[in-house]
Amino acid sequence: MRFMLLQNYGEVESHCAPMSEWTPQEIRAHIEFQQVLNAELLHLGELVDAQGLAGPDQARFVVSDGVGAPVVTDGPYPESKELLAGYRLIDVDSLERAIDIAARASAAPGPGGAPIMQPIEVRQVLGAPDPEM
Amino acid sequence: MSSLPNPPGPQSPAGAAQPLPIETLLRDLAPRVLGVVIRRYGDFADAEDAVQEALVAASSTWPANGTPDNPAGWLVRVASRRMAEKHRSDEARRRREDLAASWSLAAPDPASGRDDTLILMFMCCHPLLSAASAVALTARAVGGLTTREIASAFLVPEATMAQRISRAKATIKASAEPFTLPSAATQTSRLRLVLHALYLMFNEGYATSSGPDLARGDLSGEAIRLARIVHEELPDDAEVSGLLALMLLTEARRSARVGAVGELVPLAEQDRSRWDRALIAEGVGLVTMAMRRGRLGEYQLQAAIAAVHDQAPRHADTAWPEILSLYVALERMTDNPMVTLNRAVATAMVQGPAAGLDVLAIVADRLADHHRFHSVRAHLLELAGALPAAIREFTVAAASTTNLRERDYLTMKAAALAAQ
Repeated sequence: MRFMLLQNYGEVESHCAPMSEWTPQEIRAHIEFQQVLNAELLHLGELVDAQGLAGPDQARFVVSDGVGAPVVTDGPYPESKELLAGYRLIDVDSLERAIDIAARASAAPGPGGAPIMQPIEVRQVLGAPDPEM
Repeated sequence: MSSLPNPPGPQSPAGAAQPLPIETLLRDLAPRVLGVVIRRYGDFADAEDAVQEALVAASSTWPANGTPDNPAGWLVRVASRRMAEKHRSDEARRRREDLAASWSLAAPDPASGRDDTLILMFMCCHPLLSAASAVALTARAVGGLTTREIASAFLVPEATMAQRISRAKATIKASAEPFTLPSAATQTSRLRLVLHALYLMFNEGYATSSGPDLARGDLSGEAIRLARIVHEELPDDAEVSGLLALMLLTEARRSARVGAVGELVPLAEQDRSRWDRALIAEGVGLVTMAMRRGRLGEYQLQAAIAAVHDQAPRHADTAWPEILSLYVALERMTDNPMVTLNRAVATAMVQGPAAGLDVLAIVADRLADHHRFHSVRAHLLELAGALPAAIREFTVAAASTTNLRERDYLTMKAAALAAQ
């Protein structure tokens, strides 16, 4: 079963300061944590893909009627909290395992090494139907 | 369907004397060669790596240099050399290389080769492995597929699949299971796991069947090929015959199952002239023989149901009373609410939608969250003429399915009823 674990820029449950106010060591520890988790998932044969996205400041919204020139809106946006920050695509045996991994990701370290408690959205990826046997 | 040629079987053309493509030859030889290497070196995990390297070496050199006279001996020699290279100590290495060189002259004994394939199947479907790992390992060790091929069939990166396979092998190594046929009792329980793994492999490949997903279609072809191998080893096992028949009877409908723009076409609406008659004839023959022989099982019953569907010239000609009695028998054998769900459909076709809805009510609690429950309920409500309720159920089913094509289909059904 495939699951997408999504994380937004939204506020974290621990209400810690935004990353721009962390020390370099704290940021490095956080990045290392993400890399170690990805390496572990690869080692377990569960990782399909993991990516971080460029910040909301660089996001563009595109709207088109299919005829005229598209309307392109540059950032930054007041609603940046709702934007996607990154994702992990995993292939695991069960929803329970997906939730385990999401829990690990949620407890990534922040200021002082304390878990930031980031909400992780767990979504199953739609597959194809079973044969009508 | 796939780029895999059909494995030899009763339906193959008689004059099958044309040379086999190298890939097919390698896949056929893989389990025999692996058996020989394991017997010589006694290590399943390392031997499996060595044979995989030999297969990759063969597929890159044989097309240019020609297939060797003794292809199995060639593979054993190269794999043995790889095994020897693993042992770093010079003394031990030289000794092993000498041994490898002398051994490689003999081709594997075909008699032991047959047992070896079965032993390998049992090993790869070890009860400590998850189903996904067992399927991947079987595809590589018994099926002779490369990690890259398996990874692309399962849509995961090659590195991820390599880890999945190597972890599975580590688990088997830790279990210290000897490379011999297990006791009769263990064989029986292990065979169930083998059949389940092949069933899952088939489903994985059957789920998608066109365009960019063609690689996954190969997986069904592989599952059928492996099921044929098990059937050749155990021709008297009725459930093995049943599973092979089930696969063939399902595969026969593959091309009719997907519409022009990739949408799912349900059984009732499929163009039956596109069904593969040869596969149907073979499947019907297999399941008929198996059921005559005695001990009934789940795969045989499922195959028998598929056979009844496949033999109906039009959907309206389907022998529903026969299908209903097969589902009743299947329901007695399993505690699977999905079987009851299917019995509800058959009941509706024989006794009317109200009777079908009554059967459905039996599993309402157990399947309340399952999209198939809602889609069956929606269909039966539609048959009963309760359109508003049917639309509601189709909408619930569409929201709860994890299948993209099914969601499209259910959404369209709800919209079509609403437009009436």
